[in-house]
Amino acid sequence: MDKSKSEKIKEKLSKSTVGIAGLGGLGSNAAVALTRAGIGRLVLVDFDTVEKSNLGRQYYFLEHIGKTKVDSLKEIIGKINPKVDLIMHNIKLEKGSMEKPFKDVDVVIEALDNAETKTTFIEEILSKLPGKPVVAASGVAGYGHSDRITTKRLGKLYMCYDGEAKSSDNDVLMAPRVAIMANWEANTALEIILGEDK
Amino acid sequence: MSIEVNGKVVDWVENETVKDLLKRMRYTFPLVVVKINDSLIPRKDFSEVTIPNDSKVAVIHMISGG
Repeated sequence: MDKSKSEKIKEKLSKSTVGIAGLGGLGSNAAVALTRAGIGRLVLVDFDTVEKSNLGRQYYFLEHIGKTKVDSLKEIIGKINPKVDLIMHNIKLEKGSMEKPFKDVDVVIEALDNAETKTTFIEEILSKLPGKPVVAASGVAGYGHSDRITTKRLGKLYMCYDGEAKSSDNDVLMAPRVAIMANWEANTALEIILGEDK
Repeated sequence: MSIEVNGKVVDWVENETVKDLLKRMRYTFPLVVVKINDSLIPRKDFSEVTIPNDSKVAVIHMISGG
């Protein structure tokens, strides 16, 4: 491999910050992927605690049940690379101030669950933090159909998208497809930070 | 006189709002993100913003799950 390429990537990523809204199936898996890739700083936001049912797709372990997702993920990331600078917010994002934790990040990843919250979050980031790249996901539920997923780019919004998928209200959420989408989001964030891989 | 909606060319209708267009295209999804030529249209403005001739409209369906 081209040594200078890997050095440049390491250097650039170590100085970059990604913010993740929601630390469920999308957010926990995306945070771990970005940690392993060498991101310098993560801003992680979630209000929830780990439940047993979360272990079917989220990057937590039995010992985390009952603990907050931010604390659990801090512990997990610390075991992979304790040098990642972590800014944790154990808060629920409220309509009207959703952009606040993400003012200083290079890329925002939307990793929320409910369609209404996702839509509001995207609207708030794009309108209140103009120029800030947002990576979002829609159509996570179910299994199979990996090749229906595409990235739709609309200005600064990068949507990891399967428009034919069902809502999670009417379909299962399963580890492989959720993790594909989570890693798709993380991979898109890398592309935004590093530029297209040529 | 036409516009492009999600890559499909359709007639342009004078004074048609985002809300009207979604109805005409039979996009009945409860939650969508709409962009006209790369400008995001907030949902609260769907009944006021009209679609200019020759514009490119993207409608993305927001689906729960995460």
